[in-house]
Amino acid sequence: MTESLPINYLTYPRGLRCWLLTLDHKRIGVMYLVSVAAALVLGLLFALLMRTELIAPGRTIMGEDTYNRVFTVHGAVMIFLVVIPGIPAVLGNFFLPLMLGAKDVAFPRLNLASLYLWWIGALFLLLTLAFGGLDTGWTFYTPYSTSTNTNVLAAVTGVFILGFSSIFTALNFIVSIHTLRPPGMTWRRMPLFLWGLYATGLIQVLATPVLGITLLLLAIERILGLGIFDSTLGGDPVLFQHFFWFYAHPAVYIVILPGMGIISEVIPVFSRKPIFGYRFIAYSSVAIALIGFLVWGHHMFVAGQSVLASTIFSALTFLVAIPSAVKVFNWLATMYKGSIELAAPMIYALIFLFLFGIGGLTGLFLGTLSVNVPLHNTHFVVAHFHYVIIGGAVIAFLAGLHYWWPKMFGRMYNQTWARISALLIFVAFNMTFFPLFIMGARGLVRRYYDYSAFLGTNPEFTLYNQLATIGGYLLVTGLVSMATCLISSLWTGRPAPANPWNAPGLEWQCSSPPPPENPPPPAQVGDPYDFSQLAVPATL
Amino acid sequence: MSNADHHLVAGAEGHQPSLAHHFSSHRQQYEAGKLGMWLFLLTEVLLFGGLFCAYAVFRANRPEIFIWAHQFLDKQLGALNTAVLITSSFTMALAVRCAQWDQRRLSAFFLTLTLVCACVFLGVKYVEYKHKWEEGLLWVRQFQPAEAAASLDESGTSDQQPRHAGIFFSIYFAMTGLHAVHVLAGMGAIGWVLVRTLRGHFNRQYFGPVDYVGLYWHLVDLIWIYLFPLFYLIH
Ligand SMILES: [Cu+2]
Repeated sequence: MTESLPINYLTYPRGLRCWLLTLDHKRIGVMYLVSVAAALVLGLLFALLMRTELIAPGRTIMGEDTYNRVFTVHGAVMIFLVVIPGIPAVLGNFFLPLMLGAKDVAFPRLNLASLYLWWIGALFLLLTLAFGGLDTGWTFYTPYSTSTNTNVLAAVTGVFILGFSSIFTALNFIVSIHTLRPPGMTWRRMPLFLWGLYATGLIQVLATPVLGITLLLLAIERILGLGIFDSTLGGDPVLFQHFFWFYAHPAVYIVILPGMGIISEVIPVFSRKPIFGYRFIAYSSVAIALIGFLVWGHHMFVAGQSVLASTIFSALTFLVAIPSAVKVFNWLATMYKGSIELAAPMIYALIFLFLFGIGGLTGLFLGTLSVNVPLHNTHFVVAHFHYVIIGGAVIAFLAGLHYWWPKMFGRMYNQTWARISALLIFVAFNMTFFPLFIMGARGLVRRYYDYSAFLGTNPEFTLYNQLATIGGYLLVTGLVSMATCLISSLWTGRPAPANPWNAPGLEWQCSSPPPPENPPPPAQVGDPYDFSQLAVPATL
Repeated sequence: MSNADHHLVAGAEGHQPSLAHHFSSHRQQYEAGKLGMWLFLLTEVLLFGGLFCAYAVFRANRPEIFIWAHQFLDKQLGALNTAVLITSSFTMALAVRCAQWDQRRLSAFFLTLTLVCACVFLGVKYVEYKHKWEEGLLWVRQFQPAEAAASLDESGTSDQQPRHAGIFFSIYFAMTGLHAVHVLAGMGAIGWVLVRTLRGHFNRQYFGPVDYVGLYWHLVDLIWIYLFPLFYLIH
């Protein structure tokens, strides 16, 4: 596929052994891309099984036990294998050193170890599937997780190991940004994607160990009967929820912050304007990371938490929405009066703004005490969550993938095909998840394999569920089309120039694909959003 | 160890085996390693932080359990172990200083002393755990303290056993057990830098690994310094 291209990191050195033992951040990023994509396929498969079950009331293709396992595996795979590592491990690994003009990340061996830990963690999750399954939901709530006879131990071990993988990546990024910046790249001249990765790294380092100890205690609880989460032995099951959400709420920002970083790179390039409000965007990432640690109690409004605590958590939840909104307004201001080029990455960025807007605003509904009570545990939560995670993080990932694909693989993809795929994904996504908002607001409880009990008062639920299921099939079709477009470009795409979008970033200065050894940075690094020296790219 | 900086030659250096290819100087490499180690220690603090949090919750909710149950812990052995670990932190600091001054033999000697202290600590811990095991003073599901509790009651030093008293030992074993695992890991790390010291891998420019392992060991020591009063010295 790359015969015609000059020597690059993909072709040299050759052989499987060289790939598996490589310390090159670019190869590790590519291996992560393949691995995360495989996990995504698995997660999508379970999503389709769920949606198929819900196409009609009553039992369609599976009973309640199977359904419980299917939604648990869908959640665990998508969260821990796909969206948490997603952007940092794939695009961060590939582009952080290139954007810094560094030869590699600070600890290349740790970086490779992180990939191997991801593989081992994924293996444990597959073992869970093969031996006993898992029916606790991805949150592992006690006391059910200490009493169910499904394979909690294997799953918990897997997630524990994946936590280390996540920490290693984050530690590497923080240290690289601190110590490997080239002359001239001050903190205020750093690309915003790196600010996003930095803030993400802070959360990963501070939050993941708490998940680690929680899962460790859960495992010991199951093996020995430690009792810390068992109320019959004097323990406290709600403590588990506190611990879990102390990690899992910030984890949402682990997922979304690097995506916001990508959007901050894409929008200026395709608006041909410097980013508006650089410092606000940069610091709001750190603000989100820090405030995000103080809101976990909004998951426990109905778990017997005191009214005072709930009120404080609710207020803090509103507070954390502010830095997100600051970013959105800055992106809009960047586009204002720009010459907008609707290339595929920009289309994804616009989709992001729309979907993340809905996801973020519905989060405020759920953070409001009185509204949370009826909406808690309904499809409204499912819809909100997917608007944030898919509409936010996954769409941003696709924006980044389409933006950097020519650099990563040295080929241009078919723009028309990519744009049509993006539009299909957009329409199908809304078709899948918007009906869930309506059904959730009307009381449809989530995680039920059958909704016939609701049809007496809400006969329209069947129609909405059918819309959602067909939307789900279309969404997967759109994703397949998007992936086919990208992958086929490896053989049929025209070779990519070094800087196809005429972007000012440092990562565009080396050849596409980059040589095995990263080129050294220029003597003085300039403003990453300075378009004054660059021509508008030729019509795509 | 800010003095260490004097031994680091800033600026361009030739290609040496101890300098990884992606760093431009030993100083940059050292600073990257040190920051990485501090971040790792931060994750350790948060790992234990969860347990300290659990301790605080249970102690606030059921103080009578802690007051009753802590009497079964041997203050003298706890104090001995505290002294041993503080001593080991001192020998570790000396080992780091000797490594920075290129005194390999002395550095190896102090690393060995640190290892000996770690072994003593685990030995004492073993004696304590064995005693608890024999007395049935185990985590809550295995908690059967009939004899020990009775003997305490006779001597009049104890009130009646509170309900769910075993939860104290659940937290005790969780925290000291996780700490012991960290001592073991620390011993492995010290053994690794000891071997490298004996092989002459370290010099005035390159001593980072000894320094980083030292930091880790101090954290392990520090955690015990909190655990000792929280479990053994309750009033
Ligand atoms: Cu949350």
